[in-house]
Amino acid sequence: MVLLTRKAEFSSAHYYWNDVWSAEENERVFGRCANRNGHGHNYTLEVTVAGEVDQVSGFVVDLKQLKDILEREVIRVYDHRHLNLEVPEFATRIPTTENIAISIWDRLDGKIPNARLHRVRVYELPDLFADYYGERG
Amino acid sequence: MTNTTGNSSVPRAYLSRRYHLSASHRLHTGAFSDEQNRAAYGKCNNPYGHGHNYTIEVTLGGPVDPVTGMVCDLGTLDAFASELLLARFDHQNLNTLPEFESSVSTTENFTREVHRIFSGFAHAELIRVRIEETSNNSFEYAGPESNRKAQNL
Repeated sequence: MVLLTRKAEFSSAHYYWNDVWSAEENERVFGRCANRNGHGHNYTLEVTVAGEVDQVSGFVVDLKQLKDILEREVIRVYDHRHLNLEVPEFATRIPTTENIAISIWDRLDGKIPNARLHRVRVYELPDLFADYYGERG
Repeated sequence: MTNTTGNSSVPRAYLSRRYHLSASHRLHTGAFSDEQNRAAYGKCNNPYGHGHNYTIEVTLGGPVDPVTGMVCDLGTLDAFASELLLARFDHQNLNTLPEFESSVSTTENFTREVHRIFSGFAHAELIRVRIEETSNNSFEYAGPESNRKAQNL
């Protein structure tokens, strides 16, 4: 088995807010991230897939095909968008780095031919990132 | 997974945060002669010391809280790191600190010490500490050898 990682970037706006809380509680927990006018990041996405190397092509997956899947399933939906206001999964899920990684996993899972999704890593900043391996519980 | 209680549907994720600190050190052990120290540690044995910009990468794991969307609160983690990592080691000579009184200030030992510190962080499970001593050298520690899963993450 070989792991293969493809990187992509998107730039999006978001804010952290939970409607079940008062404004004061949101500001206490989320600090500056609770500003309802939003703020933004240049996110870096790393998608790692696992698979066997095809004897004929020498590939785990066709990188162009993987790039097109990331573009169609994630980048086209997230890039230059306000995550809270324009991306359906974040209507009910706060777009934290952890939840963005989970949401991208859900978007990609089962859509990559001949390979298994291994890890989704999302960098919100070069010094802050979240990993999701599809684990629950 | 056979657990069918309510918690089983909560996704588990890993959060990594990188901190930066600058410190000096000298690799030298009293167990060796001066000549053996020079042979073992080379230029790192320079008696006057030398320094690095260390990058400390701390990885924590846990269920993503459905209310906050987080593994743990970043402000709480940063405050912990500021007090127990940065205030203690940044702009210090590692060899003069009590942590390295009885061990050589290699980055292997530094990584284990930082792992010991962050294992006291109560708000998420410590998975791994990784330290970049330079952009070419990095060291990782995930706890006891039996913790193989963490090492594979």
